[in-house]
Amino acid sequence: MVKINGEILDKDGKSVSEVLSEMNINVKQVAVELNEEIVPKVKYDETILKDGDVVEVVRFVGGG
Amino acid sequence: MSIPSREEMYAALAERHGAELQEKLSSASVAVCGLGGLGSNTAIALARAGVGKLHIIDFDKVDISNLNRQQYFPEQLGEPKTEALFDTLKRIAPYCEIKKDCVRLSEKNMKQLLSDESIIAEAFDKADQKAMLVNYVLENIPEKYLVSASGMAGLAPSNMITTKRIASRFYMCGDGVSDIADGMGLISSRVLICAAHQAHAIIRIIAGEYEV
Repeated sequence: MVKINGEILDKDGKSVSEVLSEMNINVKQVAVELNEEIVPKVKYDETILKDGDVVEVVRFVGGG
Repeated sequence: MSIPSREEMYAALAERHGAELQEKLSSASVAVCGLGGLGSNTAIALARAGVGKLHIIDFDKVDISNLNRQQYFPEQLGEPKTEALFDTLKRIAPYCEIKKDCVRLSEKNMKQLLSDESIIAEAFDKADQKAMLVNYVLENIPEKYLVSASGMAGLAPSNMITTKRIASRFYMCGDGVSDIADGMGLISSRVLICAAHQAHAIIRIIAGEYEV
């Protein structure tokens, strides 16, 4: 199981890209931390989540 | 009327904040990226608290549409925001060392422009620009403290706006969801709340208080 934004989810074996797509998130408006390390955007496809991973998906919205 | 001396201003701040905290604030340097509703208000809060060095960065000019929430005056319309805010900050904190860059931050110039400051406030207004800065800083200059903001549009309750510590040196302020793209405008009070969250997170980092 993987913890995403505090929620325990069955996402083992999925890539960061797949998870963002399931969450309906535009990759241009997000930052992803995996176990407290930033995941570079070029590695979203090849980064596969595994049991025990802690993921923070930070989605940006407009306004400032 | 003549203004107080550097020593008088410092003493007044130290009396309110304590000598130890004031020394930390005076030695601190913060870069504010984007000088709209978030950045102009954050910079003013930091200047008032006695932060020693501010670096203000924006490519834009003051527009009439900014006046509902950004710290500019009608007579400043058309001025670069860096110049207009510099003048205001200097009135508030005449001895604050202020560097200004009227330039659009990008992946090409960011590392060089943000080299001197240890704390960075992300205060852009477009979602993809926010993401660009945050990803760049976290990937390329991870030794910096980064305080970003997302979600402060509209009339939703104040108490939805929070500060979260995403990683050891990365903080996010805002409600995370209230998007101007959903047709909600930006209202002064709610943008100020979010800017105050950013400024306060920065002041706490300077004080060595890292928890939220």
